[in-house]
Amino acid sequence: METLAINMLNGLSWGMLLFLISMGLTTVFGVLGVLNFAHGALFMLGAYLCMQIMRIVPSFWLGLALGPLLVAALGVVVERFLLRRVYARDVSFQLLLTFAILLVLDDAVRLLWGPAYHVVEAPPLLAGVFPLFGHTYPVYRLFLIVVGPLVGLGLWFFFQFTRWGRIVRAAALDREMAEGIGVRVPLLFTAVFALGAWLAALGGALAAPQQSLAPSMGDRIIIESFIVVVIGGLGSFPGAFVGALFLGLLESFGTVFAGQAQMALPYLLLAVVLLVRPRGFFGREA
Amino acid sequence: MPATFPRRGGPLLWACLGLAALILCPFLLPTYWTMVLTEILIMSLFALSFNLLFGAAGLLSFGQGGFFGLGAFAAALYLQAGGGSVWLALFLGSAAAALAALAVGYLCVRRDEIFFAMLTLGFGMMLYTIAHNWRAVTGGSDGLPLFSLPPLRLPGAAFSLYSPVSLYLFTLAASLLGALLLWQVGRSPFGLILTAVRENKERFAFVGGRVQRVRLLAFVIAGGLAGLAGTLFCFFNSLATPDYLHWTFSAKPALMTILGGSGVFLGPAVGAAVFFLLEQLITQVTESWMIVLGAILIVVVLFFPKGITGLLAARRPRTRSPRP
Repeated sequence: METLAINMLNGLSWGMLLFLISMGLTTVFGVLGVLNFAHGALFMLGAYLCMQIMRIVPSFWLGLALGPLLVAALGVVVERFLLRRVYARDVSFQLLLTFAILLVLDDAVRLLWGPAYHVVEAPPLLAGVFPLFGHTYPVYRLFLIVVGPLVGLGLWFFFQFTRWGRIVRAAALDREMAEGIGVRVPLLFTAVFALGAWLAALGGALAAPQQSLAPSMGDRIIIESFIVVVIGGLGSFPGAFVGALFLGLLESFGTVFAGQAQMALPYLLLAVVLLVRPRGFFGREA
Repeated sequence: MPATFPRRGGPLLWACLGLAALILCPFLLPTYWTMVLTEILIMSLFALSFNLLFGAAGLLSFGQGGFFGLGAFAAALYLQAGGGSVWLALFLGSAAAALAALAVGYLCVRRDEIFFAMLTLGFGMMLYTIAHNWRAVTGGSDGLPLFSLPPLRLPGAAFSLYSPVSLYLFTLAASLLGALLLWQVGRSPFGLILTAVRENKERFAFVGGRVQRVRLLAFVIAGGLAGLAGTLFCFFNSLATPDYLHWTFSAKPALMTILGGSGVFLGPAVGAAVFFLLEQLITQVTESWMIVLGAILIVVVLFFPKGITGLLAARRPRTRSPRP
């Protein structure tokens, strides 16, 4: 019973982090049509900037608020000066461009903060543990489990019910028609990419107190969020949510019933979904 | 992709001159550069095999490192178990990689473009995870070191591959054979079919072609040759490590191909050479070679999508145009 509960909570907290990252990935893809390889690097940058801000002003909350905003500003620059030039080009070149950006960001982080591990302390409010079936469980993970769905609901509400959200969806559905009725699509694309970068960095800042910071910390999460968006259906929010939960729980329970082979489970899941339902749980007809 | 050779002098003459230069290199250059050239040859073969998928079939794979590394591990396991034939090691490395490519390709060729890239990335990382975690067989993150390399047995003679010159010549022969195979595949009816699928897979399917089967065959050939390159790399480094299977390694042939140009047959090889020469130059100045590489790639992708060979071909008016 207690292992069940603990595994459940571990799976949920990792899943919610994955959900945040996958939401950014899937939003940018849904609107801009670009799959962003550098998304994991933006995640890492969010964590490092949060740490850097905490070195100046020792407040996690300030780092959480400001770090992702700085990364969003970087996103504006990247979209405006680099990505915008390749929308009309072959998909492979878009992927390679974002991969080149990833190389630059990864090495820049190594240059600025060194190759060593860094640790970020959780804020005092969330630093403790609470009793659970005679064991203790970190409060911070519960915080992650709550924050993920909150951000997700906020985004869903934004896209579904606000004027700006509708405009974004309209531009995603039919770019030319949106331009025809007066939407400034290039500006909108910049804003959406900045939103995606913000989401990635928010995930990074939130992950910072939970895992150690190293220049390759974005590698694992980007691969897993690729798996999430493929099994959930690329461009779908509910898909990202279900996919992330599924993957998070599979990984935490995998250690119980699969032991050593647990690390291969996400890929097996990917293979099964591809064979049974190639477009993913919530994907539209390809 | 059909190559665009200059007509002047005839392609055969140029090929012979190039071959002679390649054979003479290790006798004229210091050992250090012979070893750099060996690595360039291996990575050229890897990049050329990648370009069968990328250039000819229009499929961007981010998982070729999985097959490269599998080749290295298969050869290392065979040699560690006391295997005594370099030839068998090469065969086992390529065959293991081709078999894995058959299984992975069966799943991946169902989708194109972005999905194909993501799927190959995912399954490449699956192979990495297995190599990294299955310590009993692969040695985990330490990898498998090669303590002894059997001599290369040819009819009537045997050579030790510990000498950099003979390892270079052996690598040259093996990668040339691989490149020749890829060249023939590109020129064959199958190569044309591959291009047809790239250009319009719906039309190809409507006239009765089997898109997935054609792509799968290309994937297996590319995977097998990546395994051959990986086996050579295992000889070269005396080591098979999970790093070869990581997606950052898988990206190398893609970067080399973009740098050199995917539209010319030898473009990826030119890219591999430029890649290593740049690395030699830049790492003397700064440790942050990846920042410079990333910046170069951004410029190439944005402004010179046809790469170095594409630029050269555009400046030469008298080139043979690709077959209609």
